[in-house]
Amino acid sequence: MAGRQLIMNFEVTPTSHTLEAYRARDGYATLEKALKMAPADITKEVTASGLLGHGGAAFPVGRKWGVMKPNPGEIHYLCANADEGEPGTFKDRWILEHAPHLLVESMLITSYALGVRNAFVYIRGEFDLPYRRIQGAIDEAYAAGYLGQKVFGSDFVLDIVVYRGAGSYVCGEASGLITSIEGRKPYPRNRPPRLTVRGLFQKPTVINNVESLANITGIVRMGAEEFRKVGTAKSPGTQLISISGHIAKPGVYEVEYGYPWAKFLDEDCGGMLHGAKMKCVVPGGISTKVLTRAEIEPLTLSHESVNPAGSGLGSGGMIVIAEGVCMVRLLQVLLRFYHHESCGQCTPCREGMGWMHRIIDRIVAGQGVPEDIERLYAISEANDGTTICGMGDAAGFATVGILNKFRDEFEYFIANKRSKCDGRLECLA
Amino acid sequence: MKHLIPEFEKMKERYPAGFESSLVLPCLRRIQEDRGYVAEEDILGVVEYLGVARIQVEEVLSYYTMLRRKPIGRYHLQACRNIACSMRGYEGIIGHLSAKLGIAPGQTTPDGRFTLSAVECLGSCGTAPVVMVNEAYHEDMSAEKLDRLIEELK
Repeated sequence: MAGRQLIMNFEVTPTSHTLEAYRARDGYATLEKALKMAPADITKEVTASGLLGHGGAAFPVGRKWGVMKPNPGEIHYLCANADEGEPGTFKDRWILEHAPHLLVESMLITSYALGVRNAFVYIRGEFDLPYRRIQGAIDEAYAAGYLGQKVFGSDFVLDIVVYRGAGSYVCGEASGLITSIEGRKPYPRNRPPRLTVRGLFQKPTVINNVESLANITGIVRMGAEEFRKVGTAKSPGTQLISISGHIAKPGVYEVEYGYPWAKFLDEDCGGMLHGAKMKCVVPGGISTKVLTRAEIEPLTLSHESVNPAGSGLGSGGMIVIAEGVCMVRLLQVLLRFYHHESCGQCTPCREGMGWMHRIIDRIVAGQGVPEDIERLYAISEANDGTTICGMGDAAGFATVGILNKFRDEFEYFIANKRSKCDGRLECLA
Repeated sequence: MKHLIPEFEKMKERYPAGFESSLVLPCLRRIQEDRGYVAEEDILGVVEYLGVARIQVEEVLSYYTMLRRKPIGRYHLQACRNIACSMRGYEGIIGHLSAKLGIAPGQTTPDGRFTLSAVECLGSCGTAPVVMVNEAYHEDMSAEKLDRLIEELK
């Protein structure tokens, strides 16, 4: 086990996701405690906990909440972002499938703290079992009297709607997500105004990642001080890491911040697939820069350790890449994805993604020219900070990250019209 | 879509007042589930029922990858081609499916049974490669598992 666990701290069985099982784990007892607290004190506790958002940007949850000024009589909304779509990331799915009531209880507590009457779970359209599990949990919570009516003798009432997407990466971006809930194509919005000032239908809206929200119940139950005893001073708590690629035991792991990275890979995850050598690792979703095995050797899994190395833990979507994998073809897979998912609102991203995709296709087809490498750099740079949402920047980060470290493979491919490796993406036995 | 209106009315009750516009996506999803695709008369029906502009419905239909305006095969096989699946055998999966069904991604078998698609990340990277068959994920796929699956679907 990679340190202490706050979320994956129970045995998964065929019924562990049900209300009955959740109650047996003291489920909804924290809600009862929270409803006796002043709403502002809950926000204070969450701020004091230092909880960082788990959607990818690690923005302090308390600071986001702090912008909302819950005025009685005014409308505020809460959205749980379950549009898990960053390639390599599948950890929110674990919470939705195995701990849906933890999310529901956390959303009740959060809504009480922020003066929210109506909350939403925005779940990606392809997720079927996760949808049935969270909808099932919500139905159980209605039947048990936690949702839709005054609960535990308080005046607090909350309704939760599960909103299913229909296939789009950009919906995971907070403003794209609320535009989608408004029933439109998910064009992200310029800030300011922040969504906590003008969000869903122009009302103040807090959008938190599923895993961020899932931590709220624990923080209120144990208190900020206890929570901060887990993890490190700068990265309190834990992070769910979903690991995939050429690793022996892929899956979702809860890691206490500060845990040694190499130990996590070699011991907890069983080392490399087929005993291969590690070439590099994508730390937290493909939009974070790749790090080589040598680079991660001295690092721990914490923001203060990974960020100075020029990357980030992002969404916790870790992808391990074995020696022998062709980085040119790997970048082709990434750029095809970004091109496919660009919503088309901002010119640099709409044109840039297509342009980069055409360049990489050309290189892989053996028709690349030496200037192509500089062109990929130039387009990445032109996207940086010039688009409404972060997708353009992210595609640039991923591209530059790979080019910086594996430039020789691109030069070789262009000069020799074939891969410097054997051109494969798989890890042979 | 008219026969679905009682269902839509029940759905509406769960939303706050003034959220008619939000119902465009769930209504279209439900219509597609019912008919297999969204027809011209459905678009007109949604516009009338929700009181939204036709362009909004058209934009939603053309933007989201899961919505379609034409029928497809009875079984929609969607193989994930993103990074983790590519690293764990996507090419073999799509090649095997194409050869077995005699169609390329984006095509439907002449008997209307199977439609094959290559799609982006399905959020199942730890159990790659993954193939989605209608609503269900089939994880850790291999050629042998695909053969068994297709036999069952025939």
